[in-house]
Amino acid sequence: MSITLEHVNYVYSPGTAYEKQALKDVSFEIPQGQFVGIIGHTGSGKSTLIQHLNGLVKATSGRILYEGKNIYDNDYDMRKLRSQVGLVFQYPEYQLFEVDVLTDVCFGPKNQGFSPEECEKNAREALELVGFPEKYYKQSPFELSGGQKRRAAIAGVLAMKPKVLILDEPTAGLDPKGRDEILDQIEKLHRETGMTVVLVSHSMEDVARYVDRIIVMNHGEKMLDGTPREVFRHYRELEKVGLAAPQVTYVMHDLKAHGFEVDPDATTIEEAADEIMKAFRGKEGALA
Amino acid sequence: MDMIHAEQLVYEYDKRDEEGNVIGTNRAIDGVNIDVPQGSFVAVLGHNGSGKSTLAKHMNAILVPTGGTMWVDGRDTKDPEELWNVRQTAGMVFQNPDNQIIGTVVEEDVGFGPENLGVPTDEIWKRVEESLRSVGMIEYRKASPNKLSGGQKQRVAIAGVIAMEPKCIVLDEPTAMLDPNGRREVIRAVEKLRKEKKVTVILITHYMEEVIAADQVFVMDEGHIVMHGTPREIFSRVDELKSYRMDVPQVTMLAEELRKRGLDVPRGILRREELVEALCRLR
Amino acid sequence: MIRDITIGQYYPAQSRIHSLDPRVKIVCTLLFLVSLFIQNSLLGYVCATVFLGMVIHLSNVPLKYILKGLKPIVILLLFTVVMNLFLTRGGGTLEHFWIFTITEEGLRTSVFMAVRLMYLVAGSSIMTFTTSPNGLTDGMEKLLHPLNKVNVPVHEVAMMMSIALRFIPILLEETDKIMKAQMARGADFESGNIIQRAKAMVPILVPLFVSAFRRANDLALAMEARCYHGGEGRTKMKPLKYHGRDRAAYTLTLLYVVIIFVVGRFVPFKLWIF
Repeated sequence: MSITLEHVNYVYSPGTAYEKQALKDVSFEIPQGQFVGIIGHTGSGKSTLIQHLNGLVKATSGRILYEGKNIYDNDYDMRKLRSQVGLVFQYPEYQLFEVDVLTDVCFGPKNQGFSPEECEKNAREALELVGFPEKYYKQSPFELSGGQKRRAAIAGVLAMKPKVLILDEPTAGLDPKGRDEILDQIEKLHRETGMTVVLVSHSMEDVARYVDRIIVMNHGEKMLDGTPREVFRHYRELEKVGLAAPQVTYVMHDLKAHGFEVDPDATTIEEAADEIMKAFRGKEGALA
Repeated sequence: MDMIHAEQLVYEYDKRDEEGNVIGTNRAIDGVNIDVPQGSFVAVLGHNGSGKSTLAKHMNAILVPTGGTMWVDGRDTKDPEELWNVRQTAGMVFQNPDNQIIGTVVEEDVGFGPENLGVPTDEIWKRVEESLRSVGMIEYRKASPNKLSGGQKQRVAIAGVIAMEPKCIVLDEPTAMLDPNGRREVIRAVEKLRKEKKVTVILITHYMEEVIAADQVFVMDEGHIVMHGTPREIFSRVDELKSYRMDVPQVTMLAEELRKRGLDVPRGILRREELVEALCRLR
Repeated sequence: MIRDITIGQYYPAQSRIHSLDPRVKIVCTLLFLVSLFIQNSLLGYVCATVFLGMVIHLSNVPLKYILKGLKPIVILLLFTVVMNLFLTRGGGTLEHFWIFTITEEGLRTSVFMAVRLMYLVAGSSIMTFTTSPNGLTDGMEKLLHPLNKVNVPVHEVAMMMSIALRFIPILLEETDKIMKAQMARGADFESGNIIQRAKAMVPILVPLFVSAFRRANDLALAMEARCYHGGEGRTKMKPLKYHGRDRAAYTLTLLYVVIIFVVGRFVPFKLWIF
């Protein structure tokens, strides 16, 4: 029950002036149920990488195993893979096309060959999972607000009942509250269904707050792979490739440099606050 | 004198049903008063649908108010005679980098505005070169915009506005579609322009980090201005900001959390040095 | 896949062809296209090849890039070749099997037609590769300016063309993305009969149109915000002015047309059947 990449290489437009190696010898395994974040600047290969996971892009060399089976085998059912590894593209609302939200969400299950009743059942469940209000089910998807459109589009993928959900920048273009709402919803989904979630994000703060593990991509290569604490410990290397650690990590390092007894690896506000409070409690009387 | 001055600004549009019949009106802007002094840097915050983009479009006379008045450099935007003057005075940069570049070569795009203004050819070349230089894009002058990154495209769009020599630039969520590096590039370019050309800058955004350097911040909600002050004043009202679907920079949030847990950290901390300094003092 | 289409795209480079006045390139391209039709002989095609080869060489556009531009017409090309090969009768029979007969005339016509087609596309793509769409529309605008007198909105049409050219690559990329997004939702564009396949396009076309309209709307706003108000009172950043090299290019092209006309029509030269 996992996705395994073995020495995956991908060359874009081979043999032309635009030839570019988009992925270089990428190997990792994502076990079922993990919440993984993929970070990297634009052009680092992270979008290409996730399109490999459901077979939309075929590796130039290397193997990808889903549940132990090589997805490049001749008799492998690619369409089944696509329904089990759901991929939500960036700005997914641009893929909405049906007359109303419910029908649009039914598109995936319909392609899987479900009966109309089952399609609607799955669609309703998916819309519920993303917290989409029922009163808008029959509304045209083009008349919704940005956040609701985004939810409807994510539901469109969830309705296929995938075991793995991959989201490319699901919060792009949303306002702060909208960002938090979508991410909280995804976190809840992960907790309640045990689904594997792969989150591609530019926001280090978001990644640090939600994921169990971070994979850092740079120039098509896997640069770092570990828990948020482990990865952000390398903040200087991250800066060199145009990334950064969450702001609080910098605060903690600064405090450490000023002689505070804090663990500089804190990556979220809660962790940082805990550490700082601990340091202050160590010195009695500092608390006002 | 005020660069931008609005009094009791109202913007209403018709609400229509599926057949296109008018069934009522929506108020996107509801009685807004705003003053932006010449040469200042003003940020407007607000969630999606709060009316901030509608307000921005009034500063460039793309929309004209249905009630109240908007003056740009003393010109009433409702006056059709002043339309082109208003648009030249207040240049506008939009959200989507692809949908505002008209030229297929960077320098031709930057020249588009001056061409429309009827600037003589020699002068256009001078302006194009200078504006591309000021946003650090001169080495891309012959490039095709499609080959540029998002941040670079937005800098070209800014250069296109600068080439029209406006007194004021309105940036309507210029960084919403960019990655962190692109956002930094754009904000840095805007800050440089402010220093070098002394233009008035109005930045519409929902990234809190971008407004820290502003002189004043306005927060909009449902067509009203609900908060107004310096960044420090605004960011010390964390709970109020959150109620308007906004956020605060992570450092400010950490300071707030520490205050809640009993540490005597001052309100409205914006930068990480300030927080570290405050904590050192407490020790 | 879709992104490989290079027709109509500008290839930025420095070259003698790039620096020519767009009007020269438009007129000379037309002359070249005409030249392909006023003759039909081996020597004529040799002349055309030499001329085209020289222009490609001077343009600094890699030959590979131009050949790639021929890809989309491959089917049309094959169709032409096959139709001419089997349907044209005349001259001796070269090959005969089942109901098919290939005649000398058939082979001759199909080869010449194929070359003509390829040269038509290659010739016009050289123009678009070496002229920025803005330059191209400027050239058109200026050339067609007399039509303004009869109330043809030449400037507006030119502007529309230029914008269309700029958005082609963007919309192609977008199509690619939407297609992938729908494939991720299990859409199938490859199997089924023609009606099913046409129906399968709906999930691509609707979002594409919605997006195109949104872009058009945004762009119109952006243009207005930059004081665009039609052609009146507009100055040019790159006004068109003929230079020595432009006159030279006109002369050379005219010379070429005369040569191809004379050689192609009046010099009797035959190699086998060609």
